[in-house]
Amino acid sequence: MNNTPPPEPPDEARLISRCQAGDVQAFGVLVEKHKRRAYYTALGLVGSHDEALDISQEAFVRAYRALARFQPQRSSFFTWYYQILRNLSFNFLRDRAKQPRPFSEIEAPGNSIQHIPDESCDPSIIAERNELKDAVWRAIDSLKAPEREIIVLRDFQDLSYKEIAETLDCPIGTVMSRLFNARKQLREKLEGYLS
Amino acid sequence: MKLPDTEREKFHLLLMAALDGELTAAEKAQFERYISQDPACREEWQRYAKLKEVTKTMQFTKPAPEVWDRYWTGIYNRLERGLGWIVFSIGCVILLTYGGFKAVESIIADPELALVVKTGIIAVIGGLMLLLVSVIREKIFTAKTDKYQKEVQR
Repeated sequence: MNNTPPPEPPDEARLISRCQAGDVQAFGVLVEKHKRRAYYTALGLVGSHDEALDISQEAFVRAYRALARFQPQRSSFFTWYYQILRNLSFNFLRDRAKQPRPFSEIEAPGNSIQHIPDESCDPSIIAERNELKDAVWRAIDSLKAPEREIIVLRDFQDLSYKEIAETLDCPIGTVMSRLFNARKQLREKLEGYLS
Repeated sequence: MKLPDTEREKFHLLLMAALDGELTAAEKAQFERYISQDPACREEWQRYAKLKEVTKTMQFTKPAPEVWDRYWTGIYNRLERGLGWIVFSIGCVILLTYGGFKAVESIIADPELALVVKTGIIAVIGGLMLLLVSVIREKIFTAKTDKYQKEVQR
């Protein structure tokens, strides 16, 4: 077995059939296609680079092992994969909430997000932005997992309501009301920064 | 004009759709009616727009490029290791079963060993096997019933 995936990305349905027949290289192509989205989604959910990397990779491993059960006519590969990623992330958050973390393992607030770079190099503006960025991340980090999830999918992954509804397997109305609840809490937590 | 609670709920949903550019033409007209007629709605819209403005300027921190280069290798290694563990475990089970069988066989066949010692050794081996089976059965049962263990939860 060669561990370098082939570079050409063929049609996803064909790739899935090849994976289901045990072709690891075809799975490598699928991973190449979805790895960024997988990693950033996990990062938004768990808030740590190392954990996001580990969880997103582990989810791909589990997806490969469970591929025989995947039905392409029911959902896209990423939607199906997302359920695995989500469960692993939520399990991680649940376990982390039970155990106090050593100080050395806690990442600085806001390390997971950054301002979209622009031309500004005024130190006071940069300091102000960093403060805002830390506050935004702290506010997101304090949300419950399902609320954080909806913010990540909409505001950081830029998914449409239809895509979020498909991913979470719920009606668009539920997406909108969950988004409102999550944003309401964010707004309250960031009140001082938004005025 | 102050909106009744049911209308307010509807306004909040439209407010989200307006922030995310997901309003249809009819919804847009209704949303504009809300904010033109109710100052509280207008104020709420401005507050949420400000929040959206802030989150819009942020993105996830990009990892080092090597992370992407090594990403597939990390998964491939785990897949390979998983296969290795399965093969290793099967080998262990075969060897342990054969070894256990041979040990019991030689204990029974040994004329110098007292019957009470033979019974004791066989009971220890039998007990260990029962415990092993019980632990495996419990693990499988827990995996089936614990919803957090399930890989896919739709």
